[in-house]
Amino acid sequence: MTQMARATSEVAGGSDRAMAIEPRASRSWWRLIVLLFGALVFIFPFYYMIVGSLQKTENTSPSGALPNPGNMTLHNYGQINAAIGLGKAIINSGIFTGGVLLATIVFGVLAGYALARLSFRGRGLLFALTLLVLTVPFQLLIVPLYVLIARNYGLANSYLGMIAPFAINSVAVLIFRQYFLQLPAEMFDAARMDGASELRILRHIAIPLVRPALLTAMLLTFIGPWNEFLWPFLITKEQSLQPLAVAMANYIDNVAATAANPYGAILAGACVLAAPAVALIIAFQRYFVSTNIGSGVKG
Amino acid sequence: MTSAAAPGKHRSGATEPMATEPMVRRFGRAVLGRQPIGMIFGAPYLLFIVVLFAYPLGLAVYMSFHRYFFTAPGVSVPRPFVGLSNYAAVFSDPAVRQSFLNLLIFLVINVPFTVVLSLLLATALNAAIPFRAFFRTSFLAPYVTASVAMIGVWLFMFSSGGIVNSALGPLAPVPSWLVNQKWAMPSIAIYVTWKGLGFYILLYLAALQAVPKELYEAAVMDGASWWHRLLSVTVPGVRQVTTLVTLLAVITGANLFTEPYLLTGGGGPNGKSASPVLLIYQTGIEQNHPDFASALGIILVIGVLLIAGIQQLVQRRQA
Repeated sequence: MTQMARATSEVAGGSDRAMAIEPRASRSWWRLIVLLFGALVFIFPFYYMIVGSLQKTENTSPSGALPNPGNMTLHNYGQINAAIGLGKAIINSGIFTGGVLLATIVFGVLAGYALARLSFRGRGLLFALTLLVLTVPFQLLIVPLYVLIARNYGLANSYLGMIAPFAINSVAVLIFRQYFLQLPAEMFDAARMDGASELRILRHIAIPLVRPALLTAMLLTFIGPWNEFLWPFLITKEQSLQPLAVAMANYIDNVAATAANPYGAILAGACVLAAPAVALIIAFQRYFVSTNIGSGVKG
Repeated sequence: MTSAAAPGKHRSGATEPMATEPMVRRFGRAVLGRQPIGMIFGAPYLLFIVVLFAYPLGLAVYMSFHRYFFTAPGVSVPRPFVGLSNYAAVFSDPAVRQSFLNLLIFLVINVPFTVVLSLLLATALNAAIPFRAFFRTSFLAPYVTASVAMIGVWLFMFSSGGIVNSALGPLAPVPSWLVNQKWAMPSIAIYVTWKGLGFYILLYLAALQAVPKELYEAAVMDGASWWHRLLSVTVPGVRQVTTLVTLLAVITGANLFTEPYLLTGGGGPNGKSASPVLLIYQTGIEQNHPDFASALGIILVIGVLLIAGIQQLVQRRQA
């Protein structure tokens, strides 16, 4: 933790500031080769996903990796749309993700602020529980959660049942706590002496000062429910409620065999599913700072 | 956890008009803390943890020691205490043993690749490199993308007539990667390594920036080669993160579900890529044996915690 916190302050100072360690500039060619090769391995599947989603007839030979205007169509997008209803699935994903984001930003910020800046009975316990949540793998809880939410509370096939287990992201709570801790104590003392309520201090002093942390936490929180498969898959058997990832997985699992160009339709759906997350990472990559995540996980 | 161990270390004494304060408020402070409103701020999160984490966790333990199956809501059936018999059933199930063997194969491939490749790429990235933002973004892209979407492409690439096999020609394995008993689990391990690498690169990148530059300068003065500097400065400098990366990779492996479910069509071929969590799903929910599944889940978690504990011990020895 201390090691991580140190890393945070350094990275927060300039995550993109290059640290030249090599004494001679000429020696950096190997870095570029390694990085370019790495980037190729990481990006090629995305590129191939787009190319494949546009193929009229499937071409799996190496030459099929190049876009061929004669074999291009948007038909696959129509096909996946007809099979799973992209619009409805995107709305479901949006409600699921939006619900988690909203609960995390409201209740997670409150909890993070309380853990960082307020002294109250039970704070140590709440912090210990937060760390425990991060230690126990979610998968252990799927069976009892399924019993509780689907069987006992009757929340199967509902947005609430989908959102509930993810509602407040504990990693985000720890990120909020860590950033609130870094603010100077004198500021809070002064505001309290002036008679400001804690809610007012939080809204008008603390939150405006940790905006980047909010963005980082929101990015991290977004990719959880947007990409989540197992839980919404268990809880939504009705297709009209399924998020895109679940609808796509079911399509891959059963329906693909009946389509004329199954991979074309799968890849078209994959492009739609991948697009929002990839767009966010392109727009906000500098807010995606590792140490926040690392310290969050490590505690 | 230094910051948590000293609650309220930022308090300043200037705001305490102790003597003039009424007894009741002083008593309230002693019992409830200086800012009891914190309880209200933390209450929704506490409620969330209790209802959706602690209670299910307790229920998992309860189910693992009882005979438990799903009934229609409102119907009450006896749920007799059965001691360790669910655990005995888990240990004697050949499918479970196969799934833990598969998990071992997964970890043996995934963990070393993850550590070596992410450290290598982070080292390469930790310099004045053109297009730094581009590289960071491209390494992170698979990590932030839904596994369901990426699996679609991998199925396309690694199917029997896919681009990988047509590029390999006669070298392609028969049957193809994902339906081959020998290659199914390694394929999943490689896929998961590829998908998660960007996250671990970021962890290493932060750790590398905390390694004192003087150490590298001293090593260069001593004429240490690149390889020597890597082994004697970089690797020891990031050891803590290596422990973290290993632990997170083990946890990710223990949670493996989507990949065997979709990439190898439900843990196939012949159960050779089934993961413990896939079995939890199949036995607990599909076959209505949540008691068995809970026992399996608890064994899995104890296994992860044991590995984490051993790591902590080893790290303490080394430190």
